[in-house]
Amino acid sequence: MCGIAGLIHRGKSSNVGQELQGMLQALKHRGEDSTGYALYGDTDGQNFIMRFKVGENVGEGSSSVMEDVSVYDERKKIVDSYLSQMGAKIVKEERILPYSLRYEIDYDKGDLLEFSQKIESIPGVEILSMGKSLEVIKDLGNAKTVCDRYNLGDLVGTHAIGHARMATESGVDIKSAHPFWGYPFSDVSVVHNGQLTNYWNNRRILENKGMRFMSECDSELIAVYLAEKMRNGATLEEGMKDSLSGLDGVFTYFVATKNSLGMAKDTMAAKPLVLYESDDLVAMGSEEIAIRSVLPQEIDTYDPFDGEVKVWQI
Amino acid sequence: MANLKTTEKKTKAQSMGLHTEVLTGKTQQKFFNPDEAENFYYWGTYDVDFNKRTELDVNDMDCKEANKKIDELMSQGFGTIVIKNPQGKHSLGVGILNKLNLIFEGSLGYFGVGSIDGPTVRVNGRVGWSCAENMMAGKVVIEKNAGSCFGAAVRGGDLICKGSVGARTGIDQKGGTIIIGGDAGAFTGFMMQRGRIVVLGNVGINLGDSMYDGTIYVGGKIGSYGSDAIESPMTKSDIDWLKRKLKVAEIGENFDVSQMTKVVAGKKLWNYDALEPTEKKGAI
Repeated sequence: MCGIAGLIHRGKSSNVGQELQGMLQALKHRGEDSTGYALYGDTDGQNFIMRFKVGENVGEGSSSVMEDVSVYDERKKIVDSYLSQMGAKIVKEERILPYSLRYEIDYDKGDLLEFSQKIESIPGVEILSMGKSLEVIKDLGNAKTVCDRYNLGDLVGTHAIGHARMATESGVDIKSAHPFWGYPFSDVSVVHNGQLTNYWNNRRILENKGMRFMSECDSELIAVYLAEKMRNGATLEEGMKDSLSGLDGVFTYFVATKNSLGMAKDTMAAKPLVLYESDDLVAMGSEEIAIRSVLPQEIDTYDPFDGEVKVWQI
Repeated sequence: MANLKTTEKKTKAQSMGLHTEVLTGKTQQKFFNPDEAENFYYWGTYDVDFNKRTELDVNDMDCKEANKKIDELMSQGFGTIVIKNPQGKHSLGVGILNKLNLIFEGSLGYFGVGSIDGPTVRVNGRVGWSCAENMMAGKVVIEKNAGSCFGAAVRGGDLICKGSVGARTGIDQKGGTIIIGGDAGAFTGFMMQRGRIVVLGNVGINLGDSMYDGTIYVGGKIGSYGSDAIESPMTKSDIDWLKRKLKVAEIGENFDVSQMTKVVAGKKLWNYDALEPTEKKGAI
């Protein structure tokens, strides 16, 4: 089933980590296999923030194979050496969990595609997000579990999207969890509720164009699809509108960039979405109770129509 | 020695007199005889007094607790119940089978007031997906917008949304009337079988897709027609009925109903014949 939620504050910052936690926790009945956050924090915009994993969570319910923690250490060492080779300087390093790390990197050599390809050439290593504002945090469990595990409650920023996942077509693991980074674009993330039926056709086409897939989760296609459109010069909104015909199946998805938040709904309107919009805040989710967690007062909400695409700026 | 004589086996319903049909050919069911009303008991219903009013704050209750509390209040004879702080919770006010004035001061989540038979409901907010699904009778008024599948499979009664609704409004509708003051999304009247849908605003694509029967009236633009949905001329009785209904619904009273588009089933997709399975067997 899965649930998605997102919000954007316009003209101010807020405690988006805590707010999104509340929204996703309200949707936990839609799936607790994994929960993911894409948070756009207030940063100085100087350094890249790289969230990456060197292994999987092999806890209860995981479909991943258990590895020795020493393997994670080895992978981390290789990442560090590759970063050094590419001229990237680690400004700050946090190892939140044995398999999950956060680096602040001074890197100005440009192309993130080459950078990412180099890092991800290390088996078992995946960049969850790369950007100057975006941080993707995803792990097994419900919203509160993941929020507490990664200490997200204090994160201040302008906007965020998140996903509560009920695994259906791929494993219960971090690599299949949402949000997906819009590789190789800085600060682009995607969450999706639905099912894409032309996943493999699109994947083959996009892989032939040099795009990369890390999982077999159909939702990853949306991030890659939009990234490829933008690589060819389309704006985010143009790519999203194009996706209504390019992607087949049922879907409601959110996409976020450093300065914007967008939603798209398929032409069958088969997946739910409730939207609240005011001059200073847009909040949306699979169910109204998600919005209620940040706006308990009586508000006017509505369901976007079939084939609708909307983008808001901070 | 065992008694080999066959005996006529009656179902419980038959022995109560609910079914008197002779099972040959088409079914001739006699559902209810008003002269025998005292023999029938509608389980889960209460005699309530509309003048007996109470308020119920459900802010700290889950939907089961809230619905149980509503049931308790009805059993105490309260005929007007005001629900405070529904907060978008799912499945509130479901399964009410008697007359009741039920007022929600706020918004409901999914499956609000589903499977009801008789109450008059007013929601001073918005409702989520599948509001009033399977409603048999009564009147439900939504003051703001509604989600998708509004009035799915309703059998009777009046379901009114003063705002706009999502996709598949009146999907599988089997009777009653659905009135929308604003716009409606895609697949409005999808597979509807009976009843009427009135949309004063615009509708999305595939209006009346695969509808079997029933009538849809649209005041605004139509995105596209679904399979087997066709336009039909408005008649005087259509106009009279619409005027009357909109007045009763307290919505669009000044709307020029004569300019509305009437949509019905083309019946080209119908794959029915007049034969019952047993008759068909004989014909083959």
